[in-house]
Parts: sequence; structure tokens; C-alpha cells
Amino acid sequence: MGNLFKIAIRNLLRYRRRTLLTASLVAIGVIFVLIFVATSGSFKNMIISQITDSMLGHIQIHRKGYVASIDNLPLTLNMKPQAVAKVEKVISEIPGIDTYSPRIKFGGGFSNFTETTNIRLNGVYPDKEMRTVPLLVSRIIEGEKIIKKGEVVIPELLARGMKVKVGDMVVIIATNKDGSVNGKQLRVGGILESATGPGGRDGYLHIEDAMEILRMDEMEISEVAIRLHNFGNLKSIYTKLNSALSTEINKQGKPTFEIHTWEGLSPFYNIARMIDVMTFFIKLMLIAIVLVSIMNVMIMAVYERIREIGTIAAIGTMPGKILSMFLIEGFSLGIFGAAIGTLFGLIIIFILNLVKITFNFGMQTGLVLSPTIKVPDIFLTALIVIIVATLGSLQPAFKASRMKPIEALRHV
Amino acid sequence: MGLIVAEDITKDYQAGEVTLRALNRVTFEIEPASFVSFVGPSGSGKTTLLNLIGCLDKPTEGTLKVADTDVLSLNRKQSASFRGENIGFIFQDFNLIPVLTVYENIEYPLLMVQNIPSREREERVMKLLGAVDMLEQKNKYPDQISGGQKQRVAVARALVTNPRLVLADEPTANLDSKTAYMIIELMKKMRDEFETTFIFSTHDQKIVGEAEIIYTLEDGELKDRQVKGGANG
Repeated sequence: MGNLFKIAIRNLLRYRRRTLLTASLVAIGVIFVLIFVATSGSFKNMIISQITDSMLGHIQIHRKGYVASIDNLPLTLNMKPQAVAKVEKVISEIPGIDTYSPRIKFGGGFSNFTETTNIRLNGVYPDKEMRTVPLLVSRIIEGEKIIKKGEVVIPELLARGMKVKVGDMVVIIATNKDGSVNGKQLRVGGILESATGPGGRDGYLHIEDAMEILRMDEMEISEVAIRLHNFGNLKSIYTKLNSALSTEINKQGKPTFEIHTWEGLSPFYNIARMIDVMTFFIKLMLIAIVLVSIMNVMIMAVYERIREIGTIAAIGTMPGKILSMFLIEGFSLGIFGAAIGTLFGLIIIFILNLVKITFNFGMQTGLVLSPTIKVPDIFLTALIVIIVATLGSLQPAFKASRMKPIEALRHV
Repeated sequence: MGLIVAEDITKDYQAGEVTLRALNRVTFEIEPASFVSFVGPSGSGKTTLLNLIGCLDKPTEGTLKVADTDVLSLNRKQSASFRGENIGFIFQDFNLIPVLTVYENIEYPLLMVQNIPSREREERVMKLLGAVDMLEQKNKYPDQISGGQKQRVAVARALVTNPRLVLADEPTANLDSKTAYMIIELMKKMRDEFETTFIFSTHDQKIVGEAEIIYTLEDGELKDRQVKGGANG
């Protein structure tokens, strides 16, 4: 095998310029793929992280039917204490869940004593909420970075529109599930930077204040947001939660709960999928580039060396060995192109990180793009190139191995 | 029993709708360790005959045995294997592999065809390098040596597998007459040393005289057999 490699490498070096051109073409393809995967991947991960860490959490549990009506924030579809207890029990039994935060979500009126507008609010346990969505703290751009009892943290746009600032007293008015209206005077404890996605323009208050406004005798929870230790375990933990809670049936014989990962709750999931599809097509383009260029160069190599093929076949070289010779040549070219492309791709990714490219996404501005690429992605790209390069040389190699020595020797 | 036994060998080529007869009912027998030449003008069928003996092609009719093997019954792989074990080739254009050195070119059949262990390979290659007087050029590439030297390397490559038969198609055609004689002398010397049968084709009358048995071909038919120092056959 070593000798086949030696002959292949020497044959590649024999036509240096052509080898270099082909390898460069392959390398450019690899560079583009690596940069695209790194930038689009980091953009996707950054946005997912923004969405899950500042609002949604990784997984949410609701009472069945709640998500379909989520725009109305229906209090009638909140979970009763027994249901919440069941959920908490299941959560505590599944390893891999870092923390969770129960929320009472409701819509109401926001009054600054001169005018009133609508507001969507989350009643939360501040500690649990901050642990479940750790970027929430950084979104509080004015005031103390905490949600205290008797205070409300309101979205920036609302504060600006209603001309309220931290420390001002406001009234939150809401209709409870029985239809009675109640209000409570709260102090503006903080101003919250808006974020793109569901819940990105919601206000926050303490869960006990929410219960008081909604005149709840017992705590009825709208949703339980869950944060995982490792985001990579999303699917497996979702499956475990689903199987543990799907056994809970209501009086109508239907499931009590519905469980969604962030993917089922955020429209960005479709953008993320589009990015994945684009990455797939970029990889297909790479495959096409490698296939065409390697096949072209190997067809040329076979054509130029017909007499040589005739000679080695005449002196007894087996067709399989001739096939291997040319396959190894394509394989080596693939390795060479992949190595150069990976090297330069990583250098460019490093430079992009030094340059610190910023971008805006929805309401979030100045997000710094940090292109990163996982080692498996690098190996996968290189592997694709090497496999395709070998496949690209298969047809010319097969042709070489099937040549009749007498005809090959006659070739001029 | 001869090393090569050919009976009524006929070879036709199809050129469109026209059938061209390259060899017509050729019969001969060649003994081991012979030094044989096939002579005749261009188109007489010399190369065709050598290709058939070398298992590179098959006759249209007739029977052909080389080293007690009915070579017509061999398939593609068996033919390749038979050639690798029993036949050495010397080509008019030398046909050395340009990316291999002189040493590696001679080593190639041992390495890629016969899978001989490295120590034995080295011994055999060095012995032949010495025999063809190319030891000093062993690390040079084909484009760094002369035509005569290339053909000496080709002779060494043909002999390195210890074949029973070496076929040389116009081995001196691209050489000046002095070098051509040297190559023929080298081939004779190798025949004496290794008892290998050498068959070469040529249309060079000066070189023909060096053969011990001379077959004359004309229009695809065997016209004459001369044994040097003996009677015509």
C-alpha cells in the first residue's frame, strides 16, 4: 500500500501545476464551507441562546391546549397545584435538568395614573426565573437587576411610551379567570430591554403579586420553563419528560400536559432550519466542486498515461492494483485539498474572531458574531471531500484497470 | 516439449467491414534458452505474433502453449498473473515508468506483481543492476539517462522476475547501431547467465544476424526458419 501511495504522490508531483490548481479548487470549496458553517452556526447558536436564555428556557410545560391559545394568555388553562406538583416531581426525577421556573402569565392594563395601555406580564419566583433564563438579568437596563415583591419590571418601549421611569408608581389592572377586575399599585423596579421572539416584550413581577392581582386562592401556573445542564441533551430530556407526563390523563381521557422544546415555541426555529438547509446545499456544492474537479483531473491523468498503464498491465500488474493506483491518487488529492482548505479555513475563522463582526437581530443590536466550528464539523467536511475525491477518481481508475494492455501499448 | 508450441495460429483484425489477416496458419516450436528472432518487413505480423506469445492478445484460430500452459484458456486475470510469473517484456520505446528511479523501475515487477520480500528484492535488483552495468545510475530517473541506458534498465526489469521467456519487440529500433549491438550482446549474455529464452523482432538486418534461430515472416506467413550454423527449416 505504501508503494501505491509513493507512486500516486510522485504522479501528482509530476504535474505540479495541475495538482496545485485542482487542490486549490478543492481547498477553496472547503474554506467556504468551513466559514459558512462557522458563521451561520455561531449566528444560529447565538440567537437560540438569546431566545432560550433570556425568555423561553429550553423546554416548557403547559396544560394541554394552552399553547394553541397562548396569544390570549388564558387563565382558564392554567395548571392546578396538583398538576404543578406532578410536574415538579417528574422534573426532580429526571437527571440533566438544571432548574425550572413556574410562571403565571397574564395580560392586563398598565396605568401611570394619566393614561392606560396593555401589558403582558409574567409572575415569577425571581431566583428561579433568573436561574432558568440567566440572560434576563442582562436585559434589565435600568434599575436593580432583580425582581422584588411590590415591584414590576417593564419593557423599555412601554416605559418610553408611557413616560415612566424606575421608581415611579404604576397600577397593574387585570381580569381574573372569573371575570372580576382587580388592580394593584406597584413600583417600577426596572426597565427591560426588548428581545426578539415570544415573550420578548413581556414585563415581570413577583409571583405572589401576580396571585394577588388575579385573586388566586391557590397558585395556578401557566407554564413551567425548564433549563437543562447541557443543551445538547434537549431531545433526550424532552423524550423523557414527554413519556413521564403523557401518562397523565384528564377527565376527558386526553393528556393533561403538553411539552414543547424551544423549537416548538419560537418562530426562529424555522430560520434555524433554513440555515441548516442552506448549510446542506453549500455542502452539496462542495461535493459537486470536488467531484467535477477530481474527476476531470483523473480523466486527464488516465488519458495521458495510457501507455504507462499498458506497460504495467503487460508486465503483470493486476487490474485491481491499477485501479488502486488511480484511486489512491484521487484520495491523496482529496487529502491534500482538504488539508489546505481546513488550514486556511481555520485561519480565516480565527481572523473573523479577531475582527469581531457585529450584527443586529430584531430588537437586539450590536451582537458580536463569534464564528466557531466544532471539531466533528471539520472532520466531517474533510471526510466528505476525501470520500468524494476518491469516488470522483473511481470511474477513470476503473477505466484504467479495464484497459487491454495491447490497446494501451499501441496508444500514441 | 518446446517452451512455445504454436500450431496453425491465425489472427484476424476487423477494420470496419473489412477483415485483415495479420497471421495466417503459423506453426513453430521454440526450445527453452533459445535466442530467437522474428524478422520481416513492417506489417509482416512480427508484433502480432509477439503479442500472442506474450498473452497480450489471443489468436482467432489455432493453438498456443507457452511453458506448458494453454494460454488461450486463460482469462484476463490469469493472463496477467501468467505474464507476471513467466514473461518479461522489452519495448521499443523502453516504457520505463517516469516517476520511478532506475532501481525502482527494475524493482517494480517484484514489488507490485510478485510481492517478493524486500531483502530478496534488493538482492535481485542489485545483481541485475550490476549485470547491466547501471549501478551508478540506480537513483536516476528515466529522463536523466540515455536511450541505451534506458534499454539496459528495461532488460534488467524484464529479467528481474526470473522469467522463462523474454519478448522484445524491436528493442533496438530507437538506438544507434553501436548501442543496438550492445543491447543484443547484453541480452545474449543474460540468456547465457539466466538460461532465459529471448525472442525479439526486428527488421534491422545487421541485428538479425545476432540471433541463433531466425524466423522470417512475410504477409503474416512464416516463410523461413534459419538456425545459425545449421540448415534452413
